[in-house]
Amino acid sequence: MSPNSDFWSFVFGRLSWESIPLHEPILVVTFIAVALGGAAVVGAMTYFRVWGYLWKEWLTSIDHKRIGIMYIVLALIMLLRGFSDAIMMRAQQAIAFGGSEGYLPPHHYDQIFTAHGVIMIFFVAMPLVTGLMNFVVPLQIGARDVAFPFLNNFSFWMTTAGAVIVMMSLFVGEFAQTGWLAYPPLSGIEGSPGVGVDYYIWALQVAGIGTLLSGVNLIATIVKMRAPGMTMMKLPVFTWTALCTNVLIVASFPVLTAVLALLSLDRYVGTNFFTNDLGGNPMMYINLIWIWGHPEVYILILPAFGVFSEVTSTFCSKRLFGYTSMVYATVVITILSYLVWLHHFFTMGSGASVNSFFGITTMIISIPTGAKIFNWLFTMFRGRIRFEVPMMWTVGFMVTFVVGGMTGVMLAVPPADFQFHNSLFLIAHFHNVIIGGVVFGMFAGIAYWFPKAFGFKLDPFWGKMSFWFWLIGFWVAFMPLYVLGLMGVTRRVNHFDDPSLQIWFVIAAFGAVLIAIGIASFLIQLVVSFMRREQLRDVTGDPWDGRTLEWSTSSPPPVYNFAFTPIIHDHDAWWDMKQRGYTRPLHGFRPIHMPKNTGTGIILAGLSIAFSFGMIWYMWWLAALTFAAMIVLSIAHTFNYDRDYFIPADEVNRTEQSRTALLAGE
Amino acid sequence: MSAHSLQAATPAEELAFHVTEEEHAHPGASTMLGFWIYLMSDCLIFAVLFATYGVLGRSYAAGPSGADLFDLPLVALNTAMLLFSSITYGFAMLEMERNRKSMTLLWLAITGLFGAAFIYFELYEFAHLIAEGAGPQRSAFLSSFFALVGTHGLHVTVGIVWLVTLMVQVAQRGLVEDNKRRLMCLSLFWHFLDVVWIGVFTFVYLMGVLQ
Repeated sequence: MSPNSDFWSFVFGRLSWESIPLHEPILVVTFIAVALGGAAVVGAMTYFRVWGYLWKEWLTSIDHKRIGIMYIVLALIMLLRGFSDAIMMRAQQAIAFGGSEGYLPPHHYDQIFTAHGVIMIFFVAMPLVTGLMNFVVPLQIGARDVAFPFLNNFSFWMTTAGAVIVMMSLFVGEFAQTGWLAYPPLSGIEGSPGVGVDYYIWALQVAGIGTLLSGVNLIATIVKMRAPGMTMMKLPVFTWTALCTNVLIVASFPVLTAVLALLSLDRYVGTNFFTNDLGGNPMMYINLIWIWGHPEVYILILPAFGVFSEVTSTFCSKRLFGYTSMVYATVVITILSYLVWLHHFFTMGSGASVNSFFGITTMIISIPTGAKIFNWLFTMFRGRIRFEVPMMWTVGFMVTFVVGGMTGVMLAVPPADFQFHNSLFLIAHFHNVIIGGVVFGMFAGIAYWFPKAFGFKLDPFWGKMSFWFWLIGFWVAFMPLYVLGLMGVTRRVNHFDDPSLQIWFVIAAFGAVLIAIGIASFLIQLVVSFMRREQLRDVTGDPWDGRTLEWSTSSPPPVYNFAFTPIIHDHDAWWDMKQRGYTRPLHGFRPIHMPKNTGTGIILAGLSIAFSFGMIWYMWWLAALTFAAMIVLSIAHTFNYDRDYFIPADEVNRTEQSRTALLAGE
Repeated sequence: MSAHSLQAATPAEELAFHVTEEEHAHPGASTMLGFWIYLMSDCLIFAVLFATYGVLGRSYAAGPSGADLFDLPLVALNTAMLLFSSITYGFAMLEMERNRKSMTLLWLAITGLFGAAFIYFELYEFAHLIAEGAGPQRSAFLSSFFALVGTHGLHVTVGIVWLVTLMVQVAQRGLVEDNKRRLMCLSLFWHFLDVVWIGVFTFVYLMGVLQ
């Protein structure tokens, strides 16, 4: 070792030219495509001079509506990445039979299924859910922003930073090959000496901070900032589900943070929490991560249930059937979701009593969930159903999700689970509930609230295309996996010997292609709707004859949401106001107190990317430097006491007058 | 607000649908609740570490146990430092209520010194253990011990940095409303760490020595 090489290994840690995957043609092509695409976007943005606008109006914005939209943009971008992983796996499994090895070697295939799971849960489903909650909740409760607007911006950027860290692993180094929960001892330093698991850990830790803080923020918002008269039992159901979801976030994400920190200690310091020797216990990790992991799936599904409740009651023009039972069902699910984690590993060998307990609690969850399904059905019963796109997603959900729920109960039977465990049956089950529940719910929510966010509806033709391709694609892609799972085929396998299985994988791959068309239709829908925005324009702010307060504002709502804080007298406050002949106030506006934008959030998130990069590649100087910078910046931020301003009454008046003109011009 | 009384309105009566005379909501109204919720999430991190210690705390891997290692008089002294710091923080808050800036600062400084002493003794204990060959790598028991106690120590360190920051801010701007709110948050944080330490002292040290 020359002193020179010591110097370079100090500077670059374990990063070297070999870490850049130039030998992987798939990655090189992807990189070239991403680089060209990125350069085109950057070039176009510079050409149209939108950087300043973007920075001032969006990146540093603390407006909950814009942050919500940015979350959803992040989720859609990551959906493309996560889905590319999915279709690569389907293609590999469809061709890798007998003599054919397919095109993905095991170490690459393993990274792909890990990245697929991590990206879809953390960087697609979570930002979709958080984005919708951010956009909708303050509007539904008659508030002007969330409780902690700066924290909201910071949370968004930390989530994005996590996504960036995952994306970096594609081109610099590798991602984890451990599966999406990185079980030790495989994820320990001996099982995975490379940087993959470290990318995984730091991406989730950074994004986890964002998620936790946004959970705290939304709870405080819902508890403290409801408009007068909106008692808890008059909250819109979406806001109720948002509250329960955020309670779950606050109650479960610290567990993930702690368990990943312990895994990091095992990997970086050489402790023995989850090792096989010196007293370590890998099952401890698996218990802890599922204590987070099970509530996590309810974190995702509850807001989807909320969307379906809003959509069903709006498009049936009826008050939601069984509001109270809906609320209690949500709360019961929230509590029970904490008592079922062990059903993910009945095969651990905890004994009959423990397995029975967790099997029974799991089955009990299907009761409140079933109650919800009946509530939606009874809302539709004798309603005037309008089959607009959000309603189609809702009906598609009900049909699909019920099947997923029933296979879930099958998995909850411990003796049967010994057969299903880690089989493709399980894969089919959770895709059934996550696609059929969360994804359909989020698409319903996007179609439903899009006109509120942008002032024009989404094009219904392409929306229906997207819906049908997703729905049929889902069934074609995952029913074969149920069959294969019942035959005992296990998950995470990249090559099969038995040729009789191949036809099922080919069908599943065809289903994935249908889903790809569904995704493409959605993107086309965005473009077509933008082109046709004048025809699709909604000037009323209430395109669906809505029921909750967000529809009382203009579309898009003004920065301050409500010129006057509304007073609530009944459920479905806006519907009630319309029934009682409410008229919009036209004068007497007052200055409105609002928080100021700040760039601290995005800078802190950028520093945490650099910090994580330093930790992942053992570039200790970089980690130390960026860590110190984060501390200094955070402290410096608290020295700024001048964080809010007043929107003058004149400006409020002008904004409201232009809406009056718009409404009159109709 | 008069809005609530309007709820029982008869149909003939005009209902109010918005607040006309709004008192300006002051920005920190939700801070205490929000911070308390954050503390509960932090409490869960400690819950995980306690649970881990509960599971792994007897896995000595043929190495030293708590009874071999713990120096109770030192830990008792350490505990006293932290408990005193909680009392002195309480005095600082009482002075803050009376709007006496310099007395508040004085008690905060004393609190910080007690906190620093606590950290000093803890680091001394850690260094001593590592020198004896009882570092965190030795066994799962020691891994979970260092993780739990170390995380608590890290929290106290953050608390001290925060305390110094707030002292500067109080010195600069006085006991303005923002600063009072911040001192209240730190107060919650500081007492919370005290409560956690009671758990650590009992479950780790006292019960460890009993083994």
